[in-house]
This record gives sequence, C-alpha cells and structure tokens, in this order.
Amino acid sequence: MSEHDEDTEATDTEPDTEAEGARTVGTSRHLAEAAALNAETSEGAQELMDRSSTGAGELRREVGAVLRLPEGNFVNPDDIDIERRDDDTMIINMGPQHPSTHGVLRLMLELDGETVLRTKPIIGYLHTGMEKTGEELTYVQGATNVTRMDYLSPLTNELVFSLATEALLGVELPPRAVWIRMLMAELQRVSSHLMWMATNGMDLGSTSMMIYGFREREMVLSFFEKTTGLRMNHNYIRPGGVAADLPDGWQDDVDVICDTVMARTFEYDELLTGQPIFRERTEAVGNLTAEEALALSVTGPILRSTGVPWDLRRTMPYLDYDKLDFDVIVGTYGDNFDRYSIRLNEIRESIKMIRQIADRMPVGDYRVQDRKVTPPPRARIDESMEALIHHFKIFTEGFRVPEGEVYVAIESPRGELGCYMVSDGTSKPYRMHIRGPSFVNLQALPVLLRGGLMADAVAIISSVDPVMGEVDR
Amino acid sequence: MGLEDLQHNFLTGKMEDLVKWARRNSVWPATFGLACCAIEMMSVGAADFDISRLGMEVFRASPRQADLMIVAGRVSQKMAPVLRQVYDQMMEPKWVISMGVCASTGGMFNNYAIVQGVDQIVPVDVYAPGCPPSPETLLHAILTLHEKIRTGEITHRAGSTVPAGEQATGGWVPTVPDAVRVATPR
Amino acid sequence: MSNAGSETGAGAQAGALLAVLPEVPRLPDRSVVQLAFPHRERYAEMVQAFRDAGFETCADLCAVDYLTHPGRSLPDGVKAERFEVVVNLLSLSMRQRVRIRVQVPEGDPVVSSLVDIYSGTEAMEREAFDMMGIIFEGHPDLTRILMPEDWEGHPLRKDYGVGRVPVQFKEAPGPR
Repeated sequence: MSEHDEDTEATDTEPDTEAEGARTVGTSRHLAEAAALNAETSEGAQELMDRSSTGAGELRREVGAVLRLPEGNFVNPDDIDIERRDDDTMIINMGPQHPSTHGVLRLMLELDGETVLRTKPIIGYLHTGMEKTGEELTYVQGATNVTRMDYLSPLTNELVFSLATEALLGVELPPRAVWIRMLMAELQRVSSHLMWMATNGMDLGSTSMMIYGFREREMVLSFFEKTTGLRMNHNYIRPGGVAADLPDGWQDDVDVICDTVMARTFEYDELLTGQPIFRERTEAVGNLTAEEALALSVTGPILRSTGVPWDLRRTMPYLDYDKLDFDVIVGTYGDNFDRYSIRLNEIRESIKMIRQIADRMPVGDYRVQDRKVTPPPRARIDESMEALIHHFKIFTEGFRVPEGEVYVAIESPRGELGCYMVSDGTSKPYRMHIRGPSFVNLQALPVLLRGGLMADAVAIISSVDPVMGEVDR
Repeated sequence: MGLEDLQHNFLTGKMEDLVKWARRNSVWPATFGLACCAIEMMSVGAADFDISRLGMEVFRASPRQADLMIVAGRVSQKMAPVLRQVYDQMMEPKWVISMGVCASTGGMFNNYAIVQGVDQIVPVDVYAPGCPPSPETLLHAILTLHEKIRTGEITHRAGSTVPAGEQATGGWVPTVPDAVRVATPR
Repeated sequence: MSNAGSETGAGAQAGALLAVLPEVPRLPDRSVVQLAFPHRERYAEMVQAFRDAGFETCADLCAVDYLTHPGRSLPDGVKAERFEVVVNLLSLSMRQRVRIRVQVPEGDPVVSSLVDIYSGTEAMEREAFDMMGIIFEGHPDLTRILMPEDWEGHPLRKDYGVGRVPVQFKEAPGPR
C-alpha cells in the first residue's frame, strides 16, 4: 500500500546534515519505522470471531457483547439466532476514523444484510494517561488536566475535581462561589446539549440543525470567554472556589442568552420535533428498559429516558441545587426520541435555573478565604511579604491535603460524573480516578444496536452522546 | 514523464498560477477530529467562523477525496497507525495542518500514552498552536497554508528539502521561502 | 456538600446497612457513605448482599495501588495489601451510596468478578485489569481496553514510570 521510497522521507522532517546530499541518511531505519506505522492495527482478542468459531455459550454471552441480565430476565436462547451460518453475516469495522462515531470510537459490527446483530465497541484510541498525569500534578494544576476529559462540558469535570478536593480538605465555600459554579454548570449544560442537538441533527441528516446548534453555542462560549478567558477547557473552577469573579454586566449577557436560546428551542421544535421523517427515524429506535439500564450502570439522559427519574441534582443535591426550582425530565419508552426530547427540555430547564441563579446571586467572595488554599489577589503581592510567600508556595509546591479518600459525583450532561480521590497528605493526589459517564454508557451500545438497521446504528450512537475524551481518559 | 520534469519558464508561469489558484481555493479537509480541538474545528465549519467562504466546508469522510488532513487533537499510541494509514490513503497533493499543541508537540501530556507531535508520523505543513486554538487561529493557519500553496512549488513534495528540478545544494539550503504573512499584497 | 434526607431517615438506613453481613469490618460512618472492608473471599458475597438490600446499580469500580502510600486508615482485622479494588454502589430507592474496599495482594492479584451481579462492571473491570493488572476471575473477556493489545506493563501502577520525553529546559522532575 505504501507506494514509493519517497514516503520514507515523509517520516523524516528534519534535514540531515551529516553528509553532502544526505537526503537518504538512515533510510533503512525510516523504512522500518514506516513499516511499523503502516502495520495493520490488529486488535487480537478484540476482534469479533466468526460465528462458526464461537460456541453457543460464547454467542449467548455476546448478545449485547457480554451482557448478563439479572436473574429472572435471562435472554431466551432462541432469540440469539445461533443457527445463522457464517455466510449469512458479515463482520465489518466502523471507525475509529468515521464521520459519525463522535470521536475515535471503533465498532465491530456483525451485520445480516442491513440488520445489526452483534456489536463490540473498541475504545482506547484517545487514551491520554490523564489519571497518571493527575498523580503528577498538584491540586491547583489538576483542574487543567481533568478539564480535557469531557471536552464538551469542561467545567463539569473541573467541578467534580474541585468538589472532591474540597471534601478532602474540609473547606466550606462562600455562597457566591457556590452560585457562580452553579451558573457555570448550567450554562455548560446548555452548551453541551446544544452541541449534542447539532451533531445529532447532522447524523440524522439535518445540517441546518448543526448550524443552529453551533450558532447558539457561540453565544454561550463568548460569555465563557468573557468570564474565564477561554472558550473551552477553561480551568476556571478550582479547589477553593472559582478563579475570577463574574465580569460587570454579566446579568445582561446572561439575560440575552436565556431569552435567545429559549426562543430558539421552539424553532427546533418546528424543525425537528414535529417533523415526520425525524419522528420515524427516532421513535422506537434504540429501546432500552429500566432493568437493563440499571444493570449496565447507565446514568444520565439515557437512564431518564427509560422512565427512572434519577437526577443527582434532585436526588442527591450538591452545591445549592436544592434551593432551585426545576423539573427532572423523564421519558417513557427509552428510545431515541425520548432522549432527544429529554435533552431539549433539559435546555429549557437549565435556562429556567439560570434565570433563578441570576436573580438570586449572592454577593461576597468568589473563593474561600483560606490563605493556605487560595492564592492572594495579585495586587496584594506587591504590598505584603506574606502574600508573596503564599502565592509562591501555592503555585510551586501546591497546598497539602490531609490523608483520606472520597468519592464525589455530580450530574454532568452525560450522566453521573464521579471522582474517586485518594490523598496521602502531600500536595498531589495519590490516585485520581474519574468515573466517566460515557465510558459506562457505551456498555449499553450493543444492547441498543441489536436488531436495528445500520442507519439506526448511527442515530443510536449519537443519542448515547459519547465523548471519547472521558471514555478513554 | 510526469510533473517532476516540469520546466519553469515564462510559458508555464501562468499555468502554474492557475493550478495553484485552483488548489488553494478548494482545499477539502478530511475529518480527523480526535479531541477538544475537533470541537473548535467544527466551530470553524459552522456559521460564526465560516470556512465555506474559503471553499472548505465539505469535510470529506473518505481520505481519497480529501486534500487536507487537519489533525485536531491528541494522538495516542493506539491511534498512530490509524493516522498514518489515513494519511497514506490521501492522494497527492496533500497537506497536513497540525492543530493544537497536542498534535504539534504532545502538548501538556508528556507521558506514555501520547505521541509527542504528529510530525513523528506524518509531515506537517502548518502548526497551529493553542489549547485549543480558537477558530481565528485555525483560520490563520488555513490562510497560511493557502499562502504556502500559492508561493510553493507546484511539485513540492511534503517533507523533501530539495525542490524538484533544482540543483542539489547539499540538501540543507531551504527552498524559496514560503510566504507566511497573510497580508502579503498582491 | 448538603444531602437531602432527614436525620432519622439517614440514621435508620445506615443502621439497616450495617446489618448487611455485620461481621465484615467497617469504618465509622462518614456523612452518608459507609465503607465496608470484606476479605477477598467474601467480596462477591458482600456485593450480592448489598444488591439484595437495594443497591440497584454499581456506580464505579476502580483499583488503587498503595505501594508508595505512607499509611492509610483501615479498621481492625483488615490486613493492608498493595492493591485495593474499590466498588461504589448506588441505591436509587434509598438515595444512598456504599463503598466496598477489598485488599488484593501483590503476589496473587486475583479477585472475583462482579459481572454476574452487575453487568455494568464489565468495562470497569477491564480497565482495572489494563491499568493495574488485577485479574478478575469469572470475567468473560478480560483483555486490554485502553492500551493497545500488545502493550506490556500496567501503566497506573506506581512502579511504572510516566514516560516523559525530556524537553529542553525541563529536565528537572517534579511539578511543572
């Protein structure tokens, strides 16, 4: 497949200066490197075996790629079409580079014509070693690392990390810090769901939805840029509070965002919700029952679409969510359309919450006034030696966190985002494990895809809303 | 015969300009969005930072139909062979923009899992820094690439230091420098 | 962090949870989370008991390598080993969480798999195997999930280096 020798030079970007006309220095080394890079990506045991080479027990396990339902709900063996011969089915590979796998997700699909039988998601193509990196960074720097996991809602990652650190530290946050965090989290939910609606619309063929979704999202992102300095990966919510106060005039910005997005959600209703083709493509597609969802540890809009009214903001409130008035959106059938309408209505609920937060935002400090944890304001560094020393210590060595372990979970736009942190008394976490909702939700994919058409597979993957950054970490 | 034997003279000048104009005004990107930078790449494709005005809004899923590979995001060890395979499937002329610091140098992830720069795997034409680069930065990178196409050799092979058709100068003298300032007056 | 639920309600629930396999050592209640430390042999039994007591879903399963930890607090009767498998269970009906920590020795890092009890632990156990090298007995498909198939070593172990590439002017180790 690699055509000619000049390809080997493609891997050598620096001119070699060892000898005259030294274009081809180390060609054999480059050939070997190019060969290694061009090698087939063989997944070994990850491949789906042909039917003839898997026994009945293995096939039964492979329904839903290793799904064991709780007792009393065993899958009927007759339902597994073990008798199909190999000639009838085709095992194809989808991804990791594919326009609709929402990142680098690879799926091995067994197809019978257009019908999907078995599925095996293969992940790891975006593994970044973030949990290992988290052990090398201090708690102050940790938010920069964690924020890049779920890159569609970075502030929620930072929030869960900061909450875990504060639980270990035992600090109490001032109310304004808490409410600013809530405001940011809800705005983040709006932008993440808008992004989801954009990509979901695109996957179902509606490119206008893609443009609309991004248009609204830009408004939210420009507010984020005004407040945090960045459009994405903000490093704004840090242990101890937030990095900076809200800018002057933020209420007007937030009002404009709320009014515009709320009005536009009704435009989306016109565009998508009532449209017959959209309804046909999403209703009764990708059904999931509540028992299956709970057995698979699925959370978030997928769990709510099956009828289970579980939303951590309501049932196990964190920050000050118990002081806000909002509804938890619950579906009935567990199909794609339920998940779509849950997310659309969650946008509306979040707007409602943002309006309440903007009305009731307390005044005060935006970060805890503990000098060991919070760096001093920059102006004080010129005046006070103590402030300078604290600033120095916090940003070089970091603050020490007492020994302990904690698991904190919040409701991210994708589900339960948890952080299990173990500290050993130093300034860096001993173990920082993030429970990514998409990682767990992907286990539902084989169950959702089974029996559907190939075109539905694309729609179902999109409605599961995986973000590979938090799947692979 | 092929384009390698192309002679540069006053007769072929206008033809070359035409070819380069055609090439740079419809560079079709291949979808290679990996991580956070992919979201900013999608923003560039959306209405606010439209790249359709540059002729590039058609992100081709198939690398056979694409000219440009924007490597947007961190490349893990598992993804590296896939990246190379997609790059090989693209047809000449092809260009690579390395978007974001993770693609350019490994970024903030200097560890076992991330390839420290995609230029270890594919030859890169333009590097766009940022974490993630804002859409304006990516647009600047794209326009830089357009300048590079406009002023470069028509048979410029990515990664080679000696242009085709010129005397070998020991291999280290750079070719006619590619213009990098976007505001070059015409 | 605030938690909904009256004091007496939480107390009654906590008492009920303490009654699940009461001989297993526990640490005193911390807010609303109970910590149970079953021995390896009783691990699956404990999880099944909690499942029967109303913990419908397993929120998280991960592993921790305590090789370089100065010393962690464990209840009496629990022998500290190098690895720990930590399972966080969630009860939707009781709005409660429970954490189960099992000590896994270094020389014999085998522990029973929870896939028969909670199907959702399949991917989590694969990740714990991939990153820490803990073998889950009874897992239907214990292969690497995040690293390439032929990778050697378990990256999240404390004796596995970060794999930093030396960068000019940044040779010094430590916080960057």
